[in-house]
Amino acid sequence: MIYLDNAATTRTDPEVAAEMLPFFSENYGNPSGIYGIAQKSRAAVTAAREKTAHVIGCRSDEIYFTSCGSEADNWALKAAFEAYSEKGKHIITTKIEHPAILNTCEYLERERGAEITRLDVDEDGVVDLRELEAAIRPDTILISVMTANNEIGTIEPIREIGEIARRRGVLFHTDAVQAFGQIPMNVDELNIDMLSASAHKFNGPKGAGFLYIRKGVGIRSFLHGGAQEHNRRAGTENVPGIVGLGAAAKKAEETLVRKMEKETRLRDYLIRRIREEVPNVKLNGPDPADAKGGERLPNNVNFSFEFVEGESLLIMLDMRQICASSGSACSSGSLSPSHVLKAIGLSDSLAHGALRLTLSAETTAEELDTTVEAIREIVERLRGMSPKYEAYRNGTLESET
Amino acid sequence: MLERQGFHRDLTCESCVGSNRHRGSEQRIGTKNENEIRENMSDRKTVVVGMSGGVDSSTAAYLLKEQGYHVIGVTMQIWQEENECQMQAEGGCCGISAVEDARRVAEVLGIPYYVMNFKDVFQKKVIDYFTAEYLAGRTPNPCIACNRYVKWESLLKRSLEIGADYIATGHYARIRRLENGRYAIATSVTAAKDQTYALYGLTQEQLSRTLMPIGDYSKPEVREIAERAGLPVAHKHDSQEICFVPDGDYAAFIERDTGRKMPEGNFVTKDGKILGRHRGIIHYTIGQRRGLDLPMGERVFVTEIRPETNEVVIGTGSDVFTDTLKADHLTFMGIEDLPMGEEEHFLAKIRYNHRGTGCLVKRTGEDEITCTFEEPVRAVTPGQALVYYRDGYVAGGGIIRE
Repeated sequence: MIYLDNAATTRTDPEVAAEMLPFFSENYGNPSGIYGIAQKSRAAVTAAREKTAHVIGCRSDEIYFTSCGSEADNWALKAAFEAYSEKGKHIITTKIEHPAILNTCEYLERERGAEITRLDVDEDGVVDLRELEAAIRPDTILISVMTANNEIGTIEPIREIGEIARRRGVLFHTDAVQAFGQIPMNVDELNIDMLSASAHKFNGPKGAGFLYIRKGVGIRSFLHGGAQEHNRRAGTENVPGIVGLGAAAKKAEETLVRKMEKETRLRDYLIRRIREEVPNVKLNGPDPADAKGGERLPNNVNFSFEFVEGESLLIMLDMRQICASSGSACSSGSLSPSHVLKAIGLSDSLAHGALRLTLSAETTAEELDTTVEAIREIVERLRGMSPKYEAYRNGTLESET
Repeated sequence: MLERQGFHRDLTCESCVGSNRHRGSEQRIGTKNENEIRENMSDRKTVVVGMSGGVDSSTAAYLLKEQGYHVIGVTMQIWQEENECQMQAEGGCCGISAVEDARRVAEVLGIPYYVMNFKDVFQKKVIDYFTAEYLAGRTPNPCIACNRYVKWESLLKRSLEIGADYIATGHYARIRRLENGRYAIATSVTAAKDQTYALYGLTQEQLSRTLMPIGDYSKPEVREIAERAGLPVAHKHDSQEICFVPDGDYAAFIERDTGRKMPEGNFVTKDGKILGRHRGIIHYTIGQRRGLDLPMGERVFVTEIRPETNEVVIGTGSDVFTDTLKADHLTFMGIEDLPMGEEEHFLAKIRYNHRGTGCLVKRTGEDEITCTFEEPVRAVTPGQALVYYRDGYVAGGGIIRE
């Protein structure tokens, strides 16, 4: 099997899993208890909190563990909306956010009277800073812009956005689910007030995430109940999950530079080969070969193959044991054209022909060679059966790429 | 006549190779025919089974796998989103639970399984058509459009793309190659579950690449096979209503879909005498008796719907019977054509559950046939299909115009 869907989820690092194991059947105590095994759980949670805080340069009591990235996103938005309702009801976000942000905004808009500005992005998926600043109003309470896009890998100008938010006195939240552990991030340097992340995206376990909340940000509890997480997030701690998150965060921090170097090299190799060997393709998201273009996650490749139905391409890759995705895993159930690809101006047909390949530190050049071979053959076959491709060859249909 | 010849003589249909059609040998249910297996193994054919999560298509997948095919399960996602919760509650044929059921069956069978998205084509070819027909005062059959454009045209295309040789479904119908070389759908052995009516529009190319492995079985047999195979859906209930209107309230669906409230209008007699007010033409269909709320002293029925004047015409029992109709949008299956001016004898059905009435079908126009029944038929409904049969196979069909 060749696994190229690391933006959907990653393999839990065996070392991480090993660290988690004692917290199932040996040290199973509730961290709130006073006895020995409870103390061990508590100490492990604290250690995980410290490891996690270290990665983004914050205090450990600013890390709040959640069940997933989506919970962190929901919490940040809904609780900020409630806490700052006296200031206003206006939230600024973008059109290419993850559904955890977009659908939460829609909920706040529909049910709670929020006013939402959804910023456009350019053809690389980058937010325009002037537009962002112009959208700020006296009643704007929150700006939420993702650090990096899950589908096309665009890295947003977070530092500049944070700087604008700070200058204008607006809270800044970033969904860093795709970025945490993949690129360096420091909440002070980037002027971030709240940050969401999820363990299973950086070789940790599923079912564990966190929200960073800067000291002084007055949002309250989202899950009411016991006094866990400094009274801000009730529910008995998912100790094994939190331990895994912490271990994975630490490992990600330690290996970050090497991992980025390797992934970037393989990413550029994959992009170059597909471009050279498959005609009528479009790279979606920033082009690493274009110095003036936006920045791109080291592990993300996203191509549209013209005259090809992405769904068929994916199935045929799966038949060859190659795991890829057409966009975000979350939308593959619905499969209406990706909102991200639409936002960067792709036609429906190009959006339907999109393929996302996301690498990991374990990906090898040989795996990519096999993948390029497979893509070349499959695309050729599918085009051979496509009336649109025939029309293109006859000169009655123009290419979009 | 073909019916009487028995099946074995007609096994020229490539698409039936491997299909377990040897009735009468009950021990064969769910078992392999060794010769067929060997044949298939040497050149193992790939078949995509459209899986709804129900017992019929699950059993179809099981039978094909037993027969040695390389089976790929596919659920067509055609209708979801807004009605997701409702669909889940109803357990209809295309909601999330359907996908999960189909996935579980695929897991049990050990076959690859995919969800394919056909929402665009379903909206265009089925829902838009359904709504437009109702607004025009006709009563459409969306299953026919879905079969033709979604289940066959789109699924077959995708399936061929990914390397399949055939598609298969859980229909209670059989595909046969006739003496004239044409493929046709024959009624199932169990008339109670015959589904040929909604399949009359399939093309020769589509039929030549379609397998219907449960067409030789009755519903109880299919359930028995499913149970013996350990399929987790053996006891699932059948879906009844049109899948995208699970509550059966077509009028409410159309008003939601179009965003328009349909205007009330008059119930009138054939000669235009006003009898009362109706709730909007989409609430009515030809032959309808219930919900009219007209104190007429005798049993009355809807006999005509006039969209241009927004009137619903009411008549008595004798008015809902006719002995002739015209149909267009002609397609031919078992016969190649019906030459202009010629007429031939068939058995015709005018709706899904119609048992069939003998008739003469005459070609009266480029895209028009006139069907004259041997005895009057009740509630001929514009928009429904006329499907005519000979010797149990579908010969051709069209859409009833008047």
